[in-house]
Amino acid sequence: MSATVLATDALYAWVGVLLCGLGLFGFIIHRHLLRRLLAFNVMGSGSFLLLVGLAQDGRGIDPVPQALVLTGIVVAVASTALALVIFRRWHRVSGESTLPEDV
Amino acid sequence: MKRYLLILLAALASLAVCAALALAVIERPEARTDLPRVVAHSTEHAGAPHPITAVLLDFRSYDTLLEVAVLLVAVVVALALREAQPDGPDRMGLDNPLLRAVMSWLLPLMVLVAAYLLWAGSTRPGGAFQAAAVLAAAGVLLRLAGVRLGGFAGERGARRLRALLVLGPAVFVAVGAGTALGGRAFLDYPADWAGGLILAIELALTLSIALALLSLFRLAPPQSDVERLPERRRRTRE
Repeated sequence: MSATVLATDALYAWVGVLLCGLGLFGFIIHRHLLRRLLAFNVMGSGSFLLLVGLAQDGRGIDPVPQALVLTGIVVAVASTALALVIFRRWHRVSGESTLPEDV
Repeated sequence: MKRYLLILLAALASLAVCAALALAVIERPEARTDLPRVVAHSTEHAGAPHPITAVLLDFRSYDTLLEVAVLLVAVVVALALREAQPDGPDRMGLDNPLLRAVMSWLLPLMVLVAAYLLWAGSTRPGGAFQAAAVLAAAGVLLRLAGVRLGGFAGERGARRLRALLVLGPAVFVAVGAGTALGGRAFLDYPADWAGGLILAIELALTLSIALALLSLFRLAPPQSDVERLPERRRRTRE
């Protein structure tokens, strides 16, 4: 069991696990909205890597997770761009780069 | 003190998530169906010989349709949030002769690469999204170089922009409705037409996605830090 788990097959999945944790850490400790968005994107990339990495079990390329991740990337780009538009609008209205109710 | 507590909590939370995910990776169950083989078997009858394109636009075309809809919704929200901008000279353009000179070399290449990616999508890595990303990057560079896309200015231009934004999803839905009217399931292409239909959908999607990405970039409210800076300084001093 452990031999298959630590094989290079699952390397992408392990990097994905790491990125998810890092992204969550950054998302919690930063208050600046841009940094939060970046951290959120790091988390998203981690989950994409996890999805693709889990499918690598030595049976060749699995196109289904790859297509799912491709869909996910486009949605992530759209949501990031929308978040940036909203941030800039918020910055124009309030002059702040953080949210007031944040601790 | 409070800051340390926050960092400690964040570290604990991210470590917990890492541990849970690691456990999921280690204890993952064996796959019950051999998806690669199923896809490879079905790809023979699909409209596109490349497995990922076949999954995206044939087996799971519903996902792709909704994904394009999500992109459209994002653009609609950004359109609703935009501010009335004066029709003066474009404030975003950098008056940089080097950028303009490089653009005149890059632009034809980028359009060529986008066309190639779109065409290659059916047989090898590539496809509508990649082509659209390259096209959108070309548009963003054009805007940074201060070139105005005259076709989308004014009242009629705005209408044209909206029509092109909707074109991709509209073609997609039209094809789906057509297959449904023909007595098949929604988006279940007839075998003889599948290749052509997928190519038509991809062509329309490329245009719409590229324009959607470009409009999301263009619709960001303009920067005007200059007027607000003194005000902000006063607040931080207090």
